[in-house]
Amino acid sequence: MSSALLPPFPEPGFSFENVERNVSLVKKGFKPPKFTSTGTTVAAAIFDGGIIIGTDKRASAGTIVANKNTNKIHKISNNIAFGGAGTAADCDQMEKMVRAHVELHRLNSGKQVPVCVALTKITQHLFRYQGHIQCALIVGGVDKFGYHLHHVYPHGSSSEVLFEAMGSGSLAAISHLELNYKQNMNLDEAKLLIRNAILAGVENDLASGNGIDLCIITPSGMEHLVDYEIPVAFV
Amino acid sequence: MFKEMQSLANAQMTDASPHKVAGFYPYADNGGTLAAIAGDGFVVIGGDTRLTTGYQIYSREASKLTKLTDKTIIGSCGCWCDSLTFTKGLHIRLQYYLYENNKPISTNATAQLVSNMLYQKRFFPYYVSTIVAGLDADNQGAVYSYDPVGSTERHRYRAQGTAGSLIQPFLDCVLGRGNQTAPEPEKLTKEQAMIYLKDAFMSAAEREIGCGDFLQIMIVTPQGVEEERFKLRKD
Repeated sequence: MSSALLPPFPEPGFSFENVERNVSLVKKGFKPPKFTSTGTTVAAAIFDGGIIIGTDKRASAGTIVANKNTNKIHKISNNIAFGGAGTAADCDQMEKMVRAHVELHRLNSGKQVPVCVALTKITQHLFRYQGHIQCALIVGGVDKFGYHLHHVYPHGSSSEVLFEAMGSGSLAAISHLELNYKQNMNLDEAKLLIRNAILAGVENDLASGNGIDLCIITPSGMEHLVDYEIPVAFV
Repeated sequence: MFKEMQSLANAQMTDASPHKVAGFYPYADNGGTLAAIAGDGFVVIGGDTRLTTGYQIYSREASKLTKLTDKTIIGSCGCWCDSLTFTKGLHIRLQYYLYENNKPISTNATAQLVSNMLYQKRFFPYYVSTIVAGLDADNQGAVYSYDPVGSTERHRYRAQGTAGSLIQPFLDCVLGRGNQTAPEPEKLTKEQAMIYLKDAFMSAAEREIGCGDFLQIMIVTPQGVEEERFKLRKD
């Protein structure tokens, strides 16, 4: 059922039809275009009331700032979200796919979806594509099993953590977390910790900047604080 | 440019030997941006003070401008060690000139000397972008720009370095006014040139991750050299 006016539906999943062509073009000296990279600082921690995730707001293409108001906190459901670093498109599509998967799971089961469902979907998808889907994520959520925070690398490895930083600003951010993280922090302490961790990335990593977003997940719901802070030195 | 020079340096090392030798990387890209505007009886030159390597900041207060005489300023950026070495060598040559001729060197002669000194290292160049700004024999503003091997030209205005490709089109628009139908603005004043420089660097710092921290401006008039500093974004 297709014609020139009504082209056939594309096959589901990735199209690889240009792979060979592109490989040969690169061999002949063609310079492929730069993708928008989030060039990010993401930091997250478990506190005594739930999970807190923070990101900066800059997206870059090479050394140019591509977006000054990027959303890097991706909401999967009412109780799960991830902070994403890496290729912006991959993080966005990952959110779309996992959100659909988790929502179907919720409709089928009639229950709140546990964090491990989203995590498994993400890691299996990333492993299938052998690191070519460039997502470095911190997945956090609250479910009937408790508070969960996992980091995920582009090849599909993951581990559960109390606090973590990801992205190009992660070295600055993790230094702050390692020094100042305490167990059983309250919300205000956690906000300050993550704010300062992101700020360390923003100040010391050129690919991070333009402001701070926070996301707080507790058993009573999710609070997304867009533009939590735009420090004076950034303006 | 940087990558070409790096691979050239490596090719010279590896081709000579049939054995595998460790790479020789004599160059670093430490970024930096320069811009200068000449007018009737003045010239202004500005440079940001950020010194970088990759996505890291080495220094937020590294001056790229050097006063050579009461009438001439040189701005140099690119490979920081080459900038320092080159300006040091230039200082020595200017001292010799002073002792031999009993008068400070003119801007035009400095401009020619800089070109000669750069070309002298044609086959192992200083990796620097250079601008010489000063007053000529008639007290008219003069801006000379250079590529790493000494190709030079006198301009009314010029931008170079990391954000040079962002600032040059802006200056072309407000000063060059090529193909524009709007009426010619009034004669450029020193104050207006300063505003253009500030605007240019503030905009560049918004979109170029290697540009920021402070803008240092040197203003040359027949009365001498003044210096001003302005804050730029720090993220």
